[in-house]
Amino acid sequence: MVERRATLGILAHAVMIFGMLIVAFPLYLAFVASTHTSQEIVQAPMPMLPGGHFWENYIAALTGHGGGAGSNAPVGRMMWVSLVTALVIAFGKIAVSLLSAFALVYFRFPFRGLFFWAIFVTLMLPVEVRILPTYKVVSDLGMLNSYAGLTIPLIASATATFLFRQFFLTVPEELVEAARMDGAGPMRFFWDILLPLSKTSIAALFVIQFIYGWNQYLWPLLATTSEDMYPVVVGIKRMIAGGDSGNEWNIVMATAIMAMLPPAFVVIFMQRWFVKGLVDTEK
Amino acid sequence: MAAISIRNVIKRYGHGPKANQVIHGVDAEIADGEFIVIVGPSGCGKSTLLRMVAGLEEISGGQIAIAGRVVNDIEPSERDIAMVFQNYALYPHMSVFENMAYGLKIAKVPLAEIKQRVDKAAKILELGTFLQRKPRELSGGQRQRVAMGRAIVRQPEVFLFDEPLSNLDAKLRAQTRLEIQKLHNELGVTSLFVTHDQVEAMTLAQRMIVMNAGRAEQIGAPLEVYARPATTFVAGFIGSPPMNLIPRDGRLLGIRPEHLEPCSASEAMITIDVDLIEPLGADIIVYGHIGDKESARVAARLAADATAVAGKLAVRYAPQNVHWFDPATGKRIEG
Repeated sequence: MVERRATLGILAHAVMIFGMLIVAFPLYLAFVASTHTSQEIVQAPMPMLPGGHFWENYIAALTGHGGGAGSNAPVGRMMWVSLVTALVIAFGKIAVSLLSAFALVYFRFPFRGLFFWAIFVTLMLPVEVRILPTYKVVSDLGMLNSYAGLTIPLIASATATFLFRQFFLTVPEELVEAARMDGAGPMRFFWDILLPLSKTSIAALFVIQFIYGWNQYLWPLLATTSEDMYPVVVGIKRMIAGGDSGNEWNIVMATAIMAMLPPAFVVIFMQRWFVKGLVDTEK
Repeated sequence: MAAISIRNVIKRYGHGPKANQVIHGVDAEIADGEFIVIVGPSGCGKSTLLRMVAGLEEISGGQIAIAGRVVNDIEPSERDIAMVFQNYALYPHMSVFENMAYGLKIAKVPLAEIKQRVDKAAKILELGTFLQRKPRELSGGQRQRVAMGRAIVRQPEVFLFDEPLSNLDAKLRAQTRLEIQKLHNELGVTSLFVTHDQVEAMTLAQRMIVMNAGRAEQIGAPLEVYARPATTFVAGFIGSPPMNLIPRDGRLLGIRPEHLEPCSASEAMITIDVDLIEPLGADIIVYGHIGDKESARVAARLAADATAVAGKLAVRYAPQNVHWFDPATGKRIEG
């Protein structure tokens, strides 16, 4: 900023605090709702302070003992499904993209340019566009209601491939040659040199892809019909029965809060890696 | 240790009529234990030639043999060579020890022997206290030494240096030059050293290969090349300032700046119209042109106590210091 003036500072802070309140208030409301009984929540002025049913509600949600009109599947199981799905998607995407970027950058094979553009073009096709054919394939292969069905269609990633490709292009050519002189074959070079150098990119992508995997909604909604394969994001939806039926909003909110925690933890935990990666540039 | 034979080596990029040939048949025999410097301006193909010896570039024509074995189709790691790169190419995530040990680890050398070899190289290069550091924690000169250490531990038949000193400052460069010389005396490994710097070439080489536009213009000991340049290119490239080339009687007369001495106007063999004076302390270099011919620039190295002023300067030379060249081919005319 050009000038430092008290009024400007106050104004800036006021704007930021206001913005923060807009973001934080619904979260606070969800938390408050998750600590009351379902009757207390639906009363006309909703309570604004946390109530005394915190443990009760969360245990009920985790074990699936809510008495609502919608699904009562245990959230513990859903969290597990979500965790497995998100991890498989994140690691799968990273593994596949690393290898395909490696092939695109370091190997000369026929139609290399064509393959690159083919991958690049799929960037324009999100899951939603190809969801019907994908569903048909997955169901024909009998992968509905399985971890494979939840993860494999989401693993291919043009974005990550593109990102790793751009990173590999910045790795000095001399490093490749030095490795050749040292007698390292292509896979040896990949493991011993390229992978350690990509650590920071991998960490960044892991965060992005974990959250992407965790927050998947439309695809799991189609690919799972059995309660024990619901990811938590879909589980929340299934808990809410339509119409005027009595929903256990306290349990729903407790589930929502729990669904938000793992991505938050991943971001907070990996942030240290981000900063570390930014500080020591290893090139 | 091994001899290297470079036989009519050609390098071209691309195929068919569009192919771009950059090396046009270089021949050189390098004896066992010799220190050879390949010198030339940028783009002359010197690095390409070295990289063909290393196996990093394919050989388009001709043969390269190391220790009597033709290596055209042999992987770099199996040629029994080690290379020091211009930017050192150290693995940034590995410690100095791991950098030096990496090649041996791949070759499945027992750990105890790796340790012993790295320690020995570290001792020679005074890197002992840095072994656990990462390359980014080292200075340019130290990184350079690690790059050499990585080459030494492999105990190769041949060392290849690709402009290893060009990223160092002038003082460190002179010092490292000495170290490389010392190292060569100690280890006696056949070495090929590429540089564009003629001072490096003159001081390091036992023999040098002067390259220009993909051809070896002259191969010989530095002083021999300096004293009897085979072509006008070599005459102009080796020596600073370069040899004066003055057209005379349909030929080119070559004379080194230090072989011109001031004299009285009546004895003048050349009269220089001086327009630039560079006092260097140890001597003075004057530049100018020869009165009637605007094109022929001439430099003369005068003693430090000479009086140098702009204007006419009469100089003479001893006949034994004169070189003659054919202006059409650029080749030296003997006799």
